[in-house]
Amino acid sequence: MTAKEIFERVNELCPGAATDLDEECLDPFFKVNAASLKEVCLALRDDGALKFSVLSDLTAVDLPTENVIQIVYHLFSYEPQQQIVIKADVDRDASRIATVEGVWKVANWFEREVFDLFGVVFEGHSDLRRILLPEDWVGYPLRKDFVEQEEYDGISTEREPLVPENMR
Amino acid sequence: MSEDAAGTGLHTEDMTLNVGPQHPSTHGVLRFVVKTDGEVINEAIPDVGYLHRSIEKIGEKCTWHGYVPYTDRADYLAAMFANQGFCMAAERLGDVEVPPRGEYCRVIACELNRVASHLIAVGTFGQDIGAITPFLHALRERESINDLMEEICGARLTYNYLRIGGVGYDIKPETCARITAFLDHFEPIVDEYNRLLSYNKIFIERLANVAVISKEDALQYNLVGPNLRASGVQWDIRRDIPYSVYPELDFEVPVGRGERGTLGDSYDRYYVRIRELMESCKILRQCLDKMPDGPAVAKVARKFKPPAGETYVRIEAPRGDMGYYVVSDGSEYPYRVRIRTGSFTAMSIIDKISPGIMVADLIALIASLDVDAPEIDR
Amino acid sequence: MDFTVQDLIATLLPGAVPAALGYALAAVAVAFAVLSFFVAPLAGVTSWLERRVWARMQSRVGPNRVGPQGILQWLADGVKNIQKEDIIPASADRKLFLLAPYVVFSGFLGAFVVIPFGSWLIPADLNIGILYLLAITSLVVVGILMAGWSSNNKWSLLGGMRSAAQIVSYEIPAGVAVLTVIFLSGTLSMQGIIKAQGWAPWDWFIFYNPFTLVAFFLFFTAALAEGNRTPFDIPEAESELVAGYVTEYSGMRFLFFFFAEWGNLYVIGAIAATLFLGGWQIPATIFGVTMAEHPLLKGVLEFAVFFVKAYFWAFVAMWVRGTLPRVRVDQLMAMCWKYMVPMSFICLFGTIVLLVIWPEGNTALTMATLAVSCLIVLYFMWRVVYQIMHSRPTLYLKPYV
Repeated sequence: MTAKEIFERVNELCPGAATDLDEECLDPFFKVNAASLKEVCLALRDDGALKFSVLSDLTAVDLPTENVIQIVYHLFSYEPQQQIVIKADVDRDASRIATVEGVWKVANWFEREVFDLFGVVFEGHSDLRRILLPEDWVGYPLRKDFVEQEEYDGISTEREPLVPENMR
Repeated sequence: MSEDAAGTGLHTEDMTLNVGPQHPSTHGVLRFVVKTDGEVINEAIPDVGYLHRSIEKIGEKCTWHGYVPYTDRADYLAAMFANQGFCMAAERLGDVEVPPRGEYCRVIACELNRVASHLIAVGTFGQDIGAITPFLHALRERESINDLMEEICGARLTYNYLRIGGVGYDIKPETCARITAFLDHFEPIVDEYNRLLSYNKIFIERLANVAVISKEDALQYNLVGPNLRASGVQWDIRRDIPYSVYPELDFEVPVGRGERGTLGDSYDRYYVRIRELMESCKILRQCLDKMPDGPAVAKVARKFKPPAGETYVRIEAPRGDMGYYVVSDGSEYPYRVRIRTGSFTAMSIIDKISPGIMVADLIALIASLDVDAPEIDR
Repeated sequence: MDFTVQDLIATLLPGAVPAALGYALAAVAVAFAVLSFFVAPLAGVTSWLERRVWARMQSRVGPNRVGPQGILQWLADGVKNIQKEDIIPASADRKLFLLAPYVVFSGFLGAFVVIPFGSWLIPADLNIGILYLLAITSLVVVGILMAGWSSNNKWSLLGGMRSAAQIVSYEIPAGVAVLTVIFLSGTLSMQGIIKAQGWAPWDWFIFYNPFTLVAFFLFFTAALAEGNRTPFDIPEAESELVAGYVTEYSGMRFLFFFFAEWGNLYVIGAIAATLFLGGWQIPATIFGVTMAEHPLLKGVLEFAVFFVKAYFWAFVAMWVRGTLPRVRVDQLMAMCWKYMVPMSFICLFGTIVLLVIWPEGNTALTMATLAVSCLIVLYFMWRVVYQIMHSRPTLYLKPYV
């Protein structure tokens, strides 16, 4: 199925959930409004024509100019072979979105990673802890406005330059 | 949990074992918090992140060309693939055409790297099961590959060989001759590994029917690469979403057959890798035959600025599907680089598979999934 | 020749010394001599040899720096380990922790009391020799359990538990296999068992009948398991249990465990040689030289024959270690209780039945057993030679040379 057909099929199953189809770019995508995300994902997985059995990747992009964090879902289906990208925008300041852990189990760790690095809270997630960074880390590093703390656990995060400035 | 499990009236409790971060068979720095009832595992909770180097964040601070060496570190056992994923993503964004010779050089380097990586996987597998000899035999062959890599690109582990638009250095004809010599030497040696390890009764007993991953679980947890194929899904990105020159090459996709036990058990995951070694040799021979003349690298602006856009590129790395999601805002720096790796998802399934298996089987499971700590944590 | 080393030393002492004191001094002297001139170098050289044999199998070099071909490596290791700090974990049970290595070591060293070196070279030819041997080597498991428990470390505890289960289980097939031989020889004394055999292979108990042949392999397998050797090295399985019961040990205490392990290889071989392979027996005349007339030559030859027979099995254990992976703990137990224990009893009763039929043995049966064993060995050697001939040479690409 082409991206347009998928988009239309999704809108048929969940009216009004999918918007802004972009077919011109390298990987066609459409946007899903955050409120009906889970519904759309279930439809994408279970519908006989769509059958997106695999969540290939789940990540986020920070867009401070639009004041949103965009959650990007790369979906894939082995049979029939097709792929689609769906995106959901969440507000930067109150970044909350429903979890898709119940749809694809692998989303558990992907969402933990996004929570860890972007600070997006996935509502209904079974085990939302930091995964890569320590529990007491301050801030969400992949946000564009992340400021490094001066020290972590009493260890300075700055270090002397390895070579003096004028020798570089 | 197991309080008075046997109905004896005695108070019993689970033992909490801390496997890692420094443990001989955690393949880098992984940690598992394992709750066991004697030797039987009730729960194994993976704890990752000890090797997190924020490679994705560094990507936002580097120029497009400057980021290529960093990608090596995403998976140091298969650095060439990490290079290739990023270069392909950048080329797709910037609409750069790689000359045919460059593509062949890439495939040769990648497949050599795949052989090296699978040798590590197979060798350490033997070591985790207790057979140390196969490990050293595997490393002996890998050393030859390291020599070849040194000749191709000057580095032995983190290659930084690929460039956006091709490869750094052309592969010389005498190097091609040496690669052929290596293949002549290596192909019969796989039989030796089989005799030494694969068909060993104890080895089979240890792996057959252990830690079975069904096809449904494999899809739910998005296992990729050899782990997915071992569960019976015949799927290889090289064949099914072709990239580079793979469509011109003839090779098979080994798939688990459950020949010694259940489909998707540890033995299948091991044996798929052994068979992939042979397929990689086949690909290498074809590439060496078909190698066209011409430049090995396209002309790419030094200040490479791809137009704004985004792409998701998937390649078949030794640990499966490596995905690069790269966003460009048209500037000298990538706006966002996301590396999706096979080990990350493979690691998340351990939580699901481990209850009910023994401590020794957990080690076999980790080894059979071929998880690689730097690739998990990035 | 009922003449022992103690008698020799007692006769050398001045007559004024009471006989009991003389015997005590003699015992101490013998213990010291055996420990320092035989056991310590033996365990050390075994450790070096194992590393070299292993390295050869793994296409490596192995230790070759200290002394010719690295043969003094064990001395260097010993010196290094003595210098190391003796770390005792704060939460360990201090007394048990300190004691455990010595218990293991004395369990292993005690075996040398009854292990013969020749027809008159034996520290003490106890009339319960083999029973004593089985009992004293079981002391090792006490030491290992002590080490595992007192370290206050979960890996050590798991290792100790595994070891206890394993050694106690494998005592049974080993003991029953030994019993088979005791029925044939009619004595428990080590020298008595050897004297009941002859120098020629057809006089050895291993080829006495098919059941003893099987009993020999049962004994050797069980002995490997009791000695914590691959493929039964699960108590210290380094890929699972870090280092098992020795995880918390360092320096000299750590070395004592391995001293015992390497020395144990020889003990296993020595027991196998005594029980099944004719011990130190040599022909009465060699090339026309009557051995009884040359006691020194006889002693040297007997020692050489015994040592070669015993050490061959130590080499086989190294070979096995270089080849096989490790079994899982439940498979280990299943193998013992489901296969080896029943088989050892079958061997025992089979031997008893044959003894009732032919109390003096049956030459035809012995020769047939010998012939079958020779065929098996020849087939095995042919396989080994075939593999060696067909193995690939090491590839040297040498890019920049």
